[in-house]
Amino acid sequence: MDIVGKRNFYFLVSLILILPGIISLLLFGLKLSIDFTGGTRIEYRITDKTKPTNLDIEQLIKQEEIEVGSVQSSGKNSFIIRTKPLNPDQTKKIQETLDKKYQDVKQLSTETIGPTIGEETALNAFKSIALASILIVIYIAWSFRKVPKPASSWRFGVCAVGALLHDVLVVVGIFSILGKLYHVEVDSLFVTAILTVIGFSVHDTIVVFDRIRENLIRAGTSTSFERITNDSILQTLGRSLNTSLTVILTLFTMLLFGGETIRWFVVALLIGIASGTYSSIFNAAPLLVVWEEWSRKRALKNKKG
Amino acid sequence: MRKMPRFLFWFIVILTILAILIDLPRRIPISFKTPQLPIINKEISFERTLYGFDPNIVLKNIGIRRDFSFKKGLDLEGGTSVTLKAEMKDVPADQRDNALQSAKTVIEKRVNFFGVSEPVIQTARVNDDYRIIVELPGVTNVDEAVNLIGKTAQLSFWENGASGSAKLASGSALPLGITSIFPDPVKTNLTGKDLKESNIVFDPNNSQPQVQLIFTDEGSKKFGDITRRNLQKVVAIVLDNEIIQAPQVNQVISTGDAVITGSFTTEQAKAVSIQLNAGALPVSLTTLEQRTIGATLGQESLLKSLFAGILGFVIIVIFMCVLYGRLGIIASIALFLYSLFVLALFKLVPVTLTLAGIAGFILSIGMAVDANILIFERMKEELRRDRKKDIAIELGFARAWTSIRDSNISSIITSLILIYFGTGIVRGFAITLLIGVLVSMFSAITVTRTFLRMIYR
Repeated sequence: MDIVGKRNFYFLVSLILILPGIISLLLFGLKLSIDFTGGTRIEYRITDKTKPTNLDIEQLIKQEEIEVGSVQSSGKNSFIIRTKPLNPDQTKKIQETLDKKYQDVKQLSTETIGPTIGEETALNAFKSIALASILIVIYIAWSFRKVPKPASSWRFGVCAVGALLHDVLVVVGIFSILGKLYHVEVDSLFVTAILTVIGFSVHDTIVVFDRIRENLIRAGTSTSFERITNDSILQTLGRSLNTSLTVILTLFTMLLFGGETIRWFVVALLIGIASGTYSSIFNAAPLLVVWEEWSRKRALKNKKG
Repeated sequence: MRKMPRFLFWFIVILTILAILIDLPRRIPISFKTPQLPIINKEISFERTLYGFDPNIVLKNIGIRRDFSFKKGLDLEGGTSVTLKAEMKDVPADQRDNALQSAKTVIEKRVNFFGVSEPVIQTARVNDDYRIIVELPGVTNVDEAVNLIGKTAQLSFWENGASGSAKLASGSALPLGITSIFPDPVKTNLTGKDLKESNIVFDPNNSQPQVQLIFTDEGSKKFGDITRRNLQKVVAIVLDNEIIQAPQVNQVISTGDAVITGSFTTEQAKAVSIQLNAGALPVSLTTLEQRTIGATLGQESLLKSLFAGILGFVIIVIFMCVLYGRLGIIASIALFLYSLFVLALFKLVPVTLTLAGIAGFILSIGMAVDANILIFERMKEELRRDRKKDIAIELGFARAWTSIRDSNISSIITSLILIYFGTGIVRGFAITLLIGVLVSMFSAITVTRTFLRMIYR
């Protein structure tokens, strides 16, 4: 199998995967949860014979002159109400109104987050993703410092982060589309998912890179870099697929049985880890080859000129 | 080198026994009832409680006592978490840390009076914001909680200025509606600091709840003076700029004992009394964030994620056994030990388990398997090159090591960043992931290698 040779095809696949997400991201952005924007989120379970709909509840609360952001059903008889930040009196009012109208109203959870905290969470999320990426580049560059010429250890770090950004873009893009189509929100758990995906993506990439390093040292300059890279990818293919399969299987059980609260968290992980496996095989190492060729051509040109 | 596997083997065995002892729940109730059995024509019922080993029995002798149970986060147990911001505008910069600490102490006292089990109260400084984070497991009545924690509880007594004599200059903020009682309201020198204790008592006539005030000696003197000055006049009792009661003084009270009648519900009277007992907050607090999770939701989430975890574990075991046969069985044993170790560490550290934390744990099982897969794939490769089995095993470990090291270190970097920057859920997740990665390096490498060496010696 010649993966590196057909690299442009695989890059194209990535582009097709990422592009719709980026377009959606530019047009609609992400649907941010109150974790980032600030606001109140109350979840009720209403087991009433009349089976109230989202609209019923929304209208009921609006009568109390409380501005409702959205009412959404979540699982059996459960409703999530989102509003701007409410004070305790207002939440009490909602409870009383619902109690009056329906039987057996149970407040499952409430959350009120002030705008300051929201901004802070968003900033911290961004900071941690940026910092993680930088530190990973530095670590890989250091860890691969003994890699023989023509490869440079910084290239390994940068390509690993390139693959990482690919995975982050895939997940964020798909969630932008999901947010537009199904009102899926991005919350602080989502940030956790992104960071895990980053961890996994780099984990996967390093395994392939490690093999390239080993083969480079063994082969010396007798074999072309392209050939060594392709061999390394093939040699680690079994491991890459098996590992991803175990993780994906566990995630599937969590998706099916883990409950509502972590559903989208698991979906984000599933997409990210599948993408991470793809990028570590088809993007990260081929990128190294592209870079190597490019710098060789440039060196040649310089010599001629 | 030859002796090493045996030594390591026993080391692993001892660790495993320790982990099991820590992991076992303290009480295991067992009870079942069979239906009518055909031959003996009887129902058999069985009811007993097994007691697990309590590490405190041993630790007691060296003077340590610890609670070895899982700490469950609010999302699993139900409860309320409130983040408050302290208004430090009027506090000099060098006293702010002190003010925050004493506010924390007051909140701790209030919460303890209220009888919440295992509350967590932390202070935090974010840029120029001074914050207090309060977690109350089991408390799901938010209003009650926020009122209890956030009220400054400044008690003051007010009188009309016309009566002259010694008074403090009235502050800038007058209690709401006080001007309708007094034309010239003046704050007296009697405050919450003069209070010895406060109780909730019931009016013997109509069993209305009341708040009893018992003053210190000095407070009694001040109170006596106030009642003397204002005989047959009105004195207002104010809590946090709100007039609670404005009774007429009918006699001079010098015993240092007073009762606020107000029109309290029992809960309100209790809350006021707690606030007065715990003292006034040195700064006023505003709520930045508040989360409440009902106990039902927490319990459901816990059961669901536990089930998913066990199922995930079983699937991995089957997968590994199918892929790698005998090696897979050994990896599964290592994985089982891994779970035991991690759970024991969760209890020892202790790590507060949250939903995200459990997700992190399940995920780390996946990472633990990865190390084994890396090693086994490498072994297969070496075997294909016609190496002898024991050499292939050693080579498999040696060659897989650099990948395992580098990839795990990058995971450790990510989890450390998350622990540093993250709050709440994100942090819980990162801590479990970090523990998971560290333990997995031990279980997947040392444990598996020791077992393999024992077998293929």
